[in-house]
Amino acid sequence: MVDQTLDMCGYACPMPILKTKQALAKMNTDEVIEVTCTDQGSKKDFKAFCNQLGHKLLSQKDDGNKIIFNIQKN
Amino acid sequence: MPNSKEMTVIASKGTLDWAYPPFILASTGIAMGKEVTVFCTFYGLNLLLKDLSHLRISPQGNPDMPMKMPFGPKWFQAIDFSQKIPNIFWNIPGMEFFATRMMLKTFKNNGMASIEELRSICVEMGVKFIACEMTMGMFGFSRDDFIEGIEFAGAATYLDVADKSSQDLFI
Repeated sequence: MVDQTLDMCGYACPMPILKTKQALAKMNTDEVIEVTCTDQGSKKDFKAFCNQLGHKLLSQKDDGNKIIFNIQKN
Repeated sequence: MPNSKEMTVIASKGTLDWAYPPFILASTGIAMGKEVTVFCTFYGLNLLLKDLSHLRISPQGNPDMPMKMPFGPKWFQAIDFSQKIPNIFWNIPGMEFFATRMMLKTFKNNGMASIEELRSICVEMGVKFIACEMTMGMFGFSRDDFIEGIEFAGAATYLDVADKSSQDLFI
């Protein structure tokens, strides 16, 4: 279940990470945010981001254009 | 202290292109839960001025800077003019301004945030900025020229902060 969505399509590094961080700050523990972006670098960056902060990267889908991350807040 | 959650950046360059790395890394550091301090020294002081609209790129000082047009048909955009234009061309008045405009357009086309936007995110997220007092005096800046909420100090203050941090980047 997704509690919040964030569309970062068209934005380059580091904006998807920054906006995700800001959105997560307003959410409660265990809530899930779905981030959509087109920045190819974010595929690795979101893993590192979640790894550093203890958030759970529930899923990562890549349809060749858009990348969709589901992240559960720590 | 390999796991210290502190990070520092020394920002020493004052061109538009080199303004990006300190702000990108500082804001990302904060986003990843670190405490971040950016020490702005020499030309890096420019990054803390209230008005950032004067920041330019210097094609003459960067002969390897790819020079591709941000408009026109695909084949045209693929041409790298840096390999075709003699460096003396950049001495012509107005050419640096033109190149800066093209770079800004390229940034925008690629979804990059503006420097103003990135800086205000850094400030909002709590990046600490230190303006180097010595270079300030040398270049004739006054405290009023800079944005609010920054610290004015010197090398010893920076090194004291860096002593506790585990990632220190010189840009």
